[in-house]
Amino acid sequence: MPMPVPPPASLPSWAHFEHRADMGVAGYGLTPAEAFEQAAMALTAVICDPARVRPAQAIAIQCEEPDLELLFVDWLNALIYEMAVRHLLFSRFEVQIEGAVLRAEAWGEPIDPERHQPAVEIKGATYTALAVQQDDAGHWVARCVVDV
Amino acid sequence: MDLKTLTKLTDTQWRIEPKGPMRVPGILFGNEALIRDMDDKVYEQVANVASLPGIVQAAYAMPDAHWGYGFPIGGVAAFDPDEGGVVSGGGVGFDISCGVRTLHTGLDRAAILAVQRELADALYYRIPVGLGSTGAIRLDDREMDAMLAGGASWAVGRGYGRPEDLGRIEENGRMAGADPKQVSEQAKRRQRDEMGTLGSGNHYLELQEVTAIHDPAIAATYGLEQGAVVVSIHCGSRGLGHQIGTDYLKRMALAASQHGIHLPDRELACAPLNSDLGRAYLGAMCAGINCALANRQILTHLARQVFRDILGADLRLLYDVSHNTCKLEEHRVEGRQRRLYVHRKGATRAFGPGHPDLPADLRAAGQPVLIGGTMGTASYVLAGTRQSQELAFNSACHGAGRAMSRHAATRRWQGRAVQNELASRGILVRSPSPRGMAEEAPGAYKDVSEVVAATDRAGLAKLVARLEPLVCIKG
Repeated sequence: MPMPVPPPASLPSWAHFEHRADMGVAGYGLTPAEAFEQAAMALTAVICDPARVRPAQAIAIQCEEPDLELLFVDWLNALIYEMAVRHLLFSRFEVQIEGAVLRAEAWGEPIDPERHQPAVEIKGATYTALAVQQDDAGHWVARCVVDV
Repeated sequence: MDLKTLTKLTDTQWRIEPKGPMRVPGILFGNEALIRDMDDKVYEQVANVASLPGIVQAAYAMPDAHWGYGFPIGGVAAFDPDEGGVVSGGGVGFDISCGVRTLHTGLDRAAILAVQRELADALYYRIPVGLGSTGAIRLDDREMDAMLAGGASWAVGRGYGRPEDLGRIEENGRMAGADPKQVSEQAKRRQRDEMGTLGSGNHYLELQEVTAIHDPAIAATYGLEQGAVVVSIHCGSRGLGHQIGTDYLKRMALAASQHGIHLPDRELACAPLNSDLGRAYLGAMCAGINCALANRQILTHLARQVFRDILGADLRLLYDVSHNTCKLEEHRVEGRQRRLYVHRKGATRAFGPGHPDLPADLRAAGQPVLIGGTMGTASYVLAGTRQSQELAFNSACHGAGRAMSRHAATRRWQGRAVQNELASRGILVRSPSPRGMAEEAPGAYKDVSEVVAATDRAGLAKLVARLEPLVCIKG
């Protein structure tokens, strides 16, 4: 079973959780948007150490989907798509969610195999272990398994 | 998995009795140890697949089955379009038509070892591998659609390979029914510079020595001899297939209720075969299969260039199999011939001797079933059997399957150490990513030999030859 690690004391933050063949990404924050930003960091960390990625250039991303969980998968898939077609890695994110619309900026730089040492490419975000939830303390978690 | 939840039919066949919404039973193949080691999610996912509309006979799990998306990896299920049957994006997977092809080098171990390092370096230089790598081919809109309609046949027409290659590929290298219009612009854009790239993760190009012959007669038909060296390529439909999977998973999940389909797991997203969405997915998925076939054909061309330059050798194609597909096939069910859509998710088609779709010179032996290993363990060649038709719609296992998560693997191993340890055993690995090598360490996988032995014992496919790696180009 994919069990996300418990939300840590200091927010925002991100984590990976175990899946036998692939990997789970989880973001924690005080708002859904913050949890989405952190999950995007976890997405980059599936590929390489985010600290090695310079936030040198920004791209804009927009998604629209009324279901917050499906919006989360759309957000991750938009990042996967942009990484693939632009050959970029990202390390900084700013997300705004208004109703069904997500507007974001993602900062990163072109993939440098020597410096970034990318371990694996991500095929897509899945609906497995998908959740966007608020806990009793009011903290948000956004998580799902990604196919690598 | 708790064996008490299953009915034991034979030493290698276990049944999940139908209950609740299940329309048919589930059948798991594997010896007791493999079944016990399977995660409980396989049980749940097989039971979920068995509840889908129009499923025929049973939902199956191969001996290498593990937790997947909706369907288990190693899952097989056939659906009848005339009985409300469905097609499922999760039942095919994100890497559409990921598969293996094996080529004869006509050379023995000694000839390869004389230039082993040079070959490893040249293949690593010539084959685009790893995240962000691009191929030399750029496809404009018209060529993209021609590739998606033509598959390996398109590639051969553009000079990548020879016409005689095509007979040794499933569907003669071109999947009928492809509809490039059903493939999104995003999917096409993702593929624009990825033709002829290997990818990453568990994808590889290996030089392998034939170290054991288990069935001399079939091995002779396949052209496999003890000590001979082959090239095996494992990869799929690259970014295009991944994007088709992403696009249709969402469309099918959102439309399920309109089609009156209850999804116990959103990842089981599917659409009736006889619906606009079902037909659109089939058209896109068949285009994805063609992309994978074209990609493996271009990689073959690159490998041939290296062998020609260094050894003056030619590579002849033994066979090319696909693992993640849904194909229309004729099967005999309870005495009646039926046209069914067979999903194989992480499972290999395994047509038995005499099947009309096999090339004439292989027909008597049955279809080559190519089972990939890991960087450090064996791969296997098996042959389709007559009984596999009634056992699981002519299907067999596809590989070892992971035993450990990627995180657990990186905690246990370091990439360079894995590479050095393999080099000390005579296996040269070339990879852009140390962490990738750690995540793909041979010890992170199940014992492929046990999976293959169970497949043979169950009668799904017959063991023919064992292959061991000498060189591995890893994404």
